Amino acid sequence: MNHPENATVFLKDVARAKWHDETLWIVREKRDATIHQIPEWEELRELASQIKDHTLSKLDFYLEELEKNATANGIKVHWAENAAEHNQIIGKILEEKNCKDVVKSKSILTEECHLNPFLEEQGIDVVDTDLGERIIQFLKQPPSHIVMPAIHLKKSDISAIFHERLHTEKGNIDPVYLTHAARLHLREKFLQAKVAITGVNFAVAETGEFVICTNEGNADMGVHLADTHIACMGIEKLIPRRKDLGVFLRLLARSATGQSITNYNSHFRSPSPGKELHLILVNNGRTKQLGREKFRNSLKCIRCGACMNTCPIYRRSGGFSYGSTVPGPIGSILSPGIDLKKYSTLPFASTLCGSCSDVCPVKINIHEQLYEWRQEITKAQGSSLKGLSMKLADGIFTSPLAYKISGQLMRASLKTLPDSIIYNPLNVWGKGRNLPELPTESFKDWYKKNRNRA
Amino acid sequence: MKKDTPHIGLFIPCYIDQFYPNVAIATLELLEKLGCKVTYPLNQTCCGQPMSNAGFEADTAGTTSKFIRDFAGFDYIVAPSGSCVLHVKDHSPTIDKLQINQEHVQSNIYELSEFITDVLKVDSIKGSFPHKIGFHASCHGLRGLRLASDSELNEPKFNKTLQLMKDLEGLEVVELTRKDECCGFGGTFAVSEEAISVQMGKDRIADHMEKGVEIIVGGDMSCIMHMQGIATREKNNVQLMHFAEILNQVIS
Repeated sequence: MNHPENATVFLKDVARAKWHDETLWIVREKRDATIHQIPEWEELRELASQIKDHTLSKLDFYLEELEKNATANGIKVHWAENAAEHNQIIGKILEEKNCKDVVKSKSILTEECHLNPFLEEQGIDVVDTDLGERIIQFLKQPPSHIVMPAIHLKKSDISAIFHERLHTEKGNIDPVYLTHAARLHLREKFLQAKVAITGVNFAVAETGEFVICTNEGNADMGVHLADTHIACMGIEKLIPRRKDLGVFLRLLARSATGQSITNYNSHFRSPSPGKELHLILVNNGRTKQLGREKFRNSLKCIRCGACMNTCPIYRRSGGFSYGSTVPGPIGSILSPGIDLKKYSTLPFASTLCGSCSDVCPVKINIHEQLYEWRQEITKAQGSSLKGLSMKLADGIFTSPLAYKISGQLMRASLKTLPDSIIYNPLNVWGKGRNLPELPTESFKDWYKKNRNRA
Repeated sequence: MKKDTPHIGLFIPCYIDQFYPNVAIATLELLEKLGCKVTYPLNQTCCGQPMSNAGFEADTAGTTSKFIRDFAGFDYIVAPSGSCVLHVKDHSPTIDKLQINQEHVQSNIYELSEFITDVLKVDSIKGSFPHKIGFHASCHGLRGLRLASDSELNEPKFNKTLQLMKDLEGLEVVELTRKDECCGFGGTFAVSEEAISVQMGKDRIADHMEKGVEIIVGGDMSCIMHMQGIATREKNNVQLMHFAEILNQVIS
């Protein structure tokens, strides 16, 4: 996995890259417009941040409270240490129910656990019912964004996919027409499925309930038609009290899409008579991240995707360039904790501009964690060539004489070397940029001549 | 000059020293014209930022110790770069042996425009500069030092650098479509993520060009070097300037 290489490929299609950048920028602008209607926006962020910090500091306590209250409500609670356990728990429930058709609403956790391939291997037909998810499922692609999974595709792409898979009219790109076709197709799947799998946006420890936010109502449709509902949540999706929920619901949709609230915010507290409700609490590396002091608060994330929409690198390289389940800035601080070597280029896929930290509704210091991951990665890599040159640089900058000589040499050599050498393909700076015009003397030289009273 | 006038140590980042001496001269002259006692410590080199941002903060102990020793004797340290100031304040490694001096340096180092507005309490500079400019808000100054309000937060609008220029006769500051998007320089990012870096720079310049900007004005020469490099390559004649050059030119 190499981000710069993937980004270079993405940028080759100039028109499409520009379209991708502008499409996501529009989402960022919608978010800006809506947050300015909330005078207390910054207080809300602070409150949300503190609630999450507090919850993470007593995560064991609140998880047990959730388990106790959920169980009392008639929910069957399961604990999964990792992705494999999570998948096995679901596999077992499906086997017991003799279920071969499952509908699923959008859940980044099930992507993280690679649930679909696991179930498909067992001959189970899993249908993602979120429209964007269904589109990319047809293409056998992962989501390129956690809130808008098919944001990398244009209407014309979707028209072509639907023409092939749902036999819609060739070339008809009318969104109403295409959505209607998807609706008919999905309705059939909803009616067949005996089991519905969903994610969880917020679980409330105090009441043992959980909340799912969707715009399409697909989670509700799936759950209400099925006999069994399996909800999967990362253990960080917890809030202490029901009254905390208002803080997060006000922040989530505004940050994600600029809506004031998601269309459906459905509370699940106990199974309907004759039905079953399962809740799987998944660790999969989260307690490890909790143990890393500098990176702990990445677990505050409520998966709004605002950091992706604002990130100038994400917008110009696309979600797939990150090669991880969660792309963009938040992904770049979560993924190295999962596999430092594989994701070692991600913390460097940033200018540390800080926009991600300022849009984050729960105030995760994303860009500062990117900086900290860089320090961890270079430590883990040991004395590479780059490390050696940095040690050399420290030597030069520690000694004024060495600095002076290397500066003079650089200015002199840049002036005398022919352009063909300076702008050699190996000189990456010069591929798309000129070097500055060189002054005859440094400021230091000027100062000595003009001001030095010493 | 009064005897108790605070003594300012002028910190000139290494690439400004080597590539942009005129910006350093403008900074020095501007501070002097504003009545400051300024000294440029000749032994200074670099703050260590390029190494730290590349992941080698631990290797900058020598550079950091040297920086502290060079500047601890001054009342204030001022630099024409938000980025390097932020590095000294927030990212340089803690040097235990120099703790008191390091704390003094970190709490008394200022970017040029914030020093003029916050410490010298100058509201604006008077003069004439009849040009149409676009302001490039460099990220580290903007979101690190909070030299201006940014587009992400819901906060009252302010901009310390533009505040100093607000009374310049004939000056027109355009409203950009993306008023504070990063230019893509980012230190070693400019090389390690070359394709995106250049694309970001092109997009920033295009935003200014669409608004008919004559001069792109900023407070960090690193961003300006990057954008100037792209503009020159594209044979675009737009000018790029550090605000210190403008203020020093117009101040009487």
